[in-house]
Amino acid sequence: MPVDPGLAGRTLPPTRPYAVSRASISAFAAAIGVRDPLHHDAEAARAAGHPDVVAPPTYPIVVAFQAMEALLADPQAGLELRHVVHAQQRFEVTRPVRAGDELTAALTVESVRQAAGTELLTTRSDIRTVDGELVCTAYATLAHRAPA
Amino acid sequence: MSFLRPGAALDARTYVVTRTDLVRYAGASGDSNPIHWSDRVARGVGLPGVVAHGMVTMALAGRAVTDWVGAADAVVELGCRFTRPVVVPDDDTGVEVDVSGQVREHDDPGCVRIDLTVTAGGASVLGQARAVVRVR
Repeated sequence: MPVDPGLAGRTLPPTRPYAVSRASISAFAAAIGVRDPLHHDAEAARAAGHPDVVAPPTYPIVVAFQAMEALLADPQAGLELRHVVHAQQRFEVTRPVRAGDELTAALTVESVRQAAGTELLTTRSDIRTVDGELVCTAYATLAHRAPA
Repeated sequence: MSFLRPGAALDARTYVVTRTDLVRYAGASGDSNPIHWSDRVARGVGLPGVVAHGMVTMALAGRAVTDWVGAADAVVELGCRFTRPVVVPDDDTGVEVDVSGQVREHDDPGCVRIDLTVTAGGASVLGQARAVVRVR
């Protein structure tokens, strides 16, 4: 099934608030081998002027990924997970994510286009605290190759 | 931070990625796509075997940037294209990912752009990989 071209311009409802914990930030940093105490030790983070531990720059993907999963789960979108490849990713950081944040991602499909048998979807996810503060904008391009 | 002057080349960093790292990353990120832990599924979709999450490779690029800058919170932008999968063998050695960087000017004089070259087994795996970092 092809991707619905009418997806372009659509914005999904924001994801459920994701409560960012110290443990989650520490586990994410550890998984990529980062030992900087700003990610693991609240005292060290406070000493550096942060209210709590801060996350590595790619951490917002955790919340953006939930929004992408919601898009893939939408039967009307016509996307099949096993045919989707992450082609491109970019983060514009307003401020680092920190423990105590409650974050939602609102995903907008910015464009849908065809290129050599592949459908390319460009998406933008605005990641905000539940109070509406923008912390990061995550841009993802997903390549969808429908079976012939 | 004179070493972050435009034109400067930044010392290459080498990071090792093993299957254990992929499992830890899957748990920490919520991305449990089986192509990152099951050879059977990975081969079924035409890959040579289990591959790293693109976001693991990107995170290592970000790790190099924060290592160079010496500040975990200096990154204001990070982006890349995923151009080639990073195959991670089922052994204790894993695969080496190398990240090198070149400092460039940025429109905002308080920032520099770092153009990144990211390779695994000698082959480039990310395209147009670049970061913008605040230097003052």
